[in-house]
Amino acid sequence: MKSILPPRFIVERDPDRCIQCQVCVNQCGWEVHYYDPIDDVVRSYDERCVACHRCVVFCPTHALTIRERPLDYRRNANWTPEVIEDIYKQSETGGIVLTGMGNDKPYRNYWDHLVLNASQVTNPSIDPLREPMELRTYLGAKSDRVEVDPDTLELRTQLAPQVPIEVPVMFSAMSYGAISLNVHEALARAAAEAGTLFNTGEGGLARHLYEYKDHAIAQVASGRFGVHPDYLEMARVLEIKIGQGAKPGIGGHLPGEKVSEPVAATRMIPVGTDALSPAPQHDIYSIEDLSQLIYALKEATRYTKPVSVKIAAVHNVAAIASGIVRAGADIVAIDGLRGSTGAAPKIIRDNVGIPIALAIAAVDSRLREEGIRNRASIVAAGGFRNSGDVLKAIALGADAVYIGTAALVALGCHVCQMCYTGRCSWGIATTRPDLSKRVNPEIGAQRLVNLLRGWSLEIKEMLGGMGINALESVRGNRLHLRAVGLTEAEMQVLGVKPAGM
Amino acid sequence: MKDLQRYQNRYGDDKVIEACGLFGILDTAGRRFSGAEVIQAMALMHDRGNGLGGGFAAYGIYPEHADCYALHVMTMHEQAREQVEAFLRCHFDVVKGEPVPTRPTPDIVDPPDLHRYFVHPRRDEASEVSEEDYVVGRVMEINSGIDGAFVFSSGKNMGVFKGVGYPEQIAEYFCLESYEGYMWTGHNRFPTNTPGWWGGAHPFNILDWTVVHNGEISSYGINVRFLEMYGYRCTMQTDTEVLAYALDLLIRRHHLPVGIAAKVLAPPLWGEIEAMEPEERRLHETLRQVYGSLLMNGPFTIIAAHEGEMIALGDRIRLRPLVAGVKGDRLYVSSEESAIWLVCPDVEATWIPVGGQPVVGRLGETPTPPETASAYVMPMGASLDMVKVEA
Amino acid sequence: MWAEVDTVVEIDATGLHYRELNERIHAAVAEGARTLRLVNVRGQRYIGTGLRVPVRIEIHGVPGNDLAAFMEGPRIVVYGNTQDGCGNTMNSGEIVIHGHAGDITGLSMRGGRIFIRGNVGYRVGIHMKEYGDQRPAIVVGGTAQHFLGEYMAGGVLVLLGLDTPRGEHLARFIGTGMHGGVMYFRGTLRPEQLGKEVGIVDLEESDREVLGKLVGEFCRHFGYDAAEILSGDFIKLLPLSRRPYGRLYAY
Repeated sequence: MKSILPPRFIVERDPDRCIQCQVCVNQCGWEVHYYDPIDDVVRSYDERCVACHRCVVFCPTHALTIRERPLDYRRNANWTPEVIEDIYKQSETGGIVLTGMGNDKPYRNYWDHLVLNASQVTNPSIDPLREPMELRTYLGAKSDRVEVDPDTLELRTQLAPQVPIEVPVMFSAMSYGAISLNVHEALARAAAEAGTLFNTGEGGLARHLYEYKDHAIAQVASGRFGVHPDYLEMARVLEIKIGQGAKPGIGGHLPGEKVSEPVAATRMIPVGTDALSPAPQHDIYSIEDLSQLIYALKEATRYTKPVSVKIAAVHNVAAIASGIVRAGADIVAIDGLRGSTGAAPKIIRDNVGIPIALAIAAVDSRLREEGIRNRASIVAAGGFRNSGDVLKAIALGADAVYIGTAALVALGCHVCQMCYTGRCSWGIATTRPDLSKRVNPEIGAQRLVNLLRGWSLEIKEMLGGMGINALESVRGNRLHLRAVGLTEAEMQVLGVKPAGM
Repeated sequence: MKDLQRYQNRYGDDKVIEACGLFGILDTAGRRFSGAEVIQAMALMHDRGNGLGGGFAAYGIYPEHADCYALHVMTMHEQAREQVEAFLRCHFDVVKGEPVPTRPTPDIVDPPDLHRYFVHPRRDEASEVSEEDYVVGRVMEINSGIDGAFVFSSGKNMGVFKGVGYPEQIAEYFCLESYEGYMWTGHNRFPTNTPGWWGGAHPFNILDWTVVHNGEISSYGINVRFLEMYGYRCTMQTDTEVLAYALDLLIRRHHLPVGIAAKVLAPPLWGEIEAMEPEERRLHETLRQVYGSLLMNGPFTIIAAHEGEMIALGDRIRLRPLVAGVKGDRLYVSSEESAIWLVCPDVEATWIPVGGQPVVGRLGETPTPPETASAYVMPMGASLDMVKVEA
Repeated sequence: MWAEVDTVVEIDATGLHYRELNERIHAAVAEGARTLRLVNVRGQRYIGTGLRVPVRIEIHGVPGNDLAAFMEGPRIVVYGNTQDGCGNTMNSGEIVIHGHAGDITGLSMRGGRIFIRGNVGYRVGIHMKEYGDQRPAIVVGGTAQHFLGEYMAGGVLVLLGLDTPRGEHLARFIGTGMHGGVMYFRGTLRPEQLGKEVGIVDLEESDREVLGKLVGEFCRHFGYDAAEILSGDFIKLLPLSRRPYGRLYAY
């Protein structure tokens, strides 16, 4: 069937600058650029361009410009170009419209409506460059009290397993298969170097990366890919994935063409078969079943590591989180409306779930009201863009955050949202060897470490400004937040006052 | 009107989300036996709950007052109890009023005052309101009108005993081993959004109907709105309450047989309906067309009981567990099979019912396992604990 | 592979919570026990979980949910019925059940074998998968309830239909989403019982070999006559595609 989809981008090649070197031809995963031997020039198929900018960045003479193609459909506030073009796609295929990355719709971004506090006059701000500033966080269930022998002063309390992170930012679950092995390795190395954790995602962990096990969160998801006793024993933290923010309530498929030999070996499935992640875990249909799996994992690892449960932020997130904590989880990870993905139905990504800021506030408040906040750490995820977002999340009540998109952007991702195609020109969301070799794990790790270092420095600056020298003093401390331009109801959920009050 | 939500759903969630473990025993010959077995079975399934709710229903326990409605009432303060007693004197002949016997139990903290009253309704004989509806109305009045008071059991010759704690602790608190009944159900609760309120524990009761429930009904919102059209007020905001009212509507008011009512709550899939013979197909089509809003969509298993009958039912794609067993006149249903073997080591047969097919036990009808292969039966033939080393 | 019957360590599970029971099992194994006999087992969960030693465990009674979850290595013989989740994500080892087994038996199992003398519940063998020489197998003496082998991605499921009325398997939604592995049924099936992702194919000589081996083992465990069982007609189910959802999406 002939496609009536118009091209979205124009590839402009400045003939004065182009030296016909064909770097663009070689770099493009989309086969946009081609060499025409008859005319001896490089040309482009505009309709294939996704604006990933690989060619733009790598063109030695800066001859390329990518612009959004002006296509002035008749003005209509309802029938936008996106709506129209999605219908074209579906009428041509009869399928579900897929997308990658996080929700790109203009829902209110609460981080942009919250402001942080700073000290002036009545208490001193602290200079983090010269004075101590502590960001260390321990993930895991805490006790309600500490018991000490009054005579010997010997500690009697034995805490549940705790895992320290030196910066309250971890790498979110991204599975090998959805991203390349080199990216997995870059994340693992960076986590080790920065003193934080990376999450394997649900596709298992390649054996040679077990070297980074002390920094690994091993995910156990509905597909149980690559989940075997070595994998469980390896990890520092185990995470049961119930849902993710980009696609709450549904499963996923790693298409067979992405299941290469090394992916197959890690996932422990035959090469070329679809890797199906069912929507539910079929041993969890209810909260007591979740408890059963939590304790199955604890039994399997003899109670040596915290178990996290990751859910998408949805309507009843506070009640659900309370149940998860009571079910025995040591960490509750919550992924919000803007959580990212390698592939999700666009209709789900853009319409299901609630913003992470509201979810953090609701969960933290509920767990406190029920007196069980000590029993679990809260990890928040879903669209964290910078250290300001991170610190505001912590002030709302998160113990730490997961970043996914920000980490991939650090590796070169230009957020073209085509991760599901496996043709990522940046070598990130692909398992094609010719593309994935573009991410050098060592250089990638360095970029990620640099990012975390930059954010840490910024967080320390902000903390210092508040007159605080330990992150725990701002955790759940909503007095350091004020709202700008939010409704009464929103401020009530967030538990913050309007700026000026 | 009193706001029950303040206790039951203090955070105003869409509904109270919870899950659980269930057990039920019926002696179809009507022989009465102590609560020890159901307590033991519930204690075995301890890990299915989280200590925020346990409860039991017992039938045939008040033979000396068999013709009286036995109202079990919890009150949060003295004034509430005085108001309840004044109200009861006004609307009922109170044959006897006494504290529900309890014993100090270390894990049971902050219990409400618990009294029971054996009463006859004092209603105008000429009234068009049936005696049952009269009792329901008065119970609703107390529950929605008297602050700090809640009637949690209102049937004849039966009683509900429930509270905040694990079921075995609740049983100890209520001295349940000292009661004798011919039918017992038990519940172990795992609520996710309440620090626990005594009234919120299962079984849920109205008249002699009790329901214990495991699972979460995703269709709850429309189930409630459908029932509201028939005059039910869903004050408890639980799936369980909705299930109880749905059974009341279908069986007591619409006179549908239990098997048909089960097909409303857990209907066959359209594909299965289309494969039926014309008459049967028309029946099921009509049921879904009329009662589609009562489809309980989502994982559930319930044990519903009323005088002389116990019904266990799972959802149509069996998302929650249910096992049944028989031994002589006894019918057992449970979330876990081990609990049946624990209390009945010589059970004759156990089976896993197919989703949507009710297991029904009635006084006077010897229970038998189903014969079809899919609702299979696997008699063990010998004691489980036979020591047998393979060759 | 598993120890010959040596000194048997017996543990009476009466009244023990699963954590106590499993601690005792781990302690006994750490002290060198290779054959354990657990008696009066009633609902204790996770027996065999976290054990990575090829021990032999006899269970007398009804073990609890998630028996042998994530197990690697042990051989468990159950003189009784098992509940839900038996063999959950099991990696290797063997479970022999002399009674029936509950729902999701063998969920996401990736190696080892489960033999069940009787029938099994819903969603058995769901999402079993195989890789390399790890090819899990479940052999059921009787029949199964619905959603058998859903999402099955590898391994072998055998239903022998013994003591099944008229040899009729009544399960529906068999192999929905199946995209790997194979199922064999002794007895009858109607096409409408199958998920749209599976098809009936003829048995080949290699199938007879697989069946001969598994049925032979089954019969050694439970004392049936293998030749007699194998003489029955078998139906073989294979997935129609390894990519069942390849056409689900637009571009």
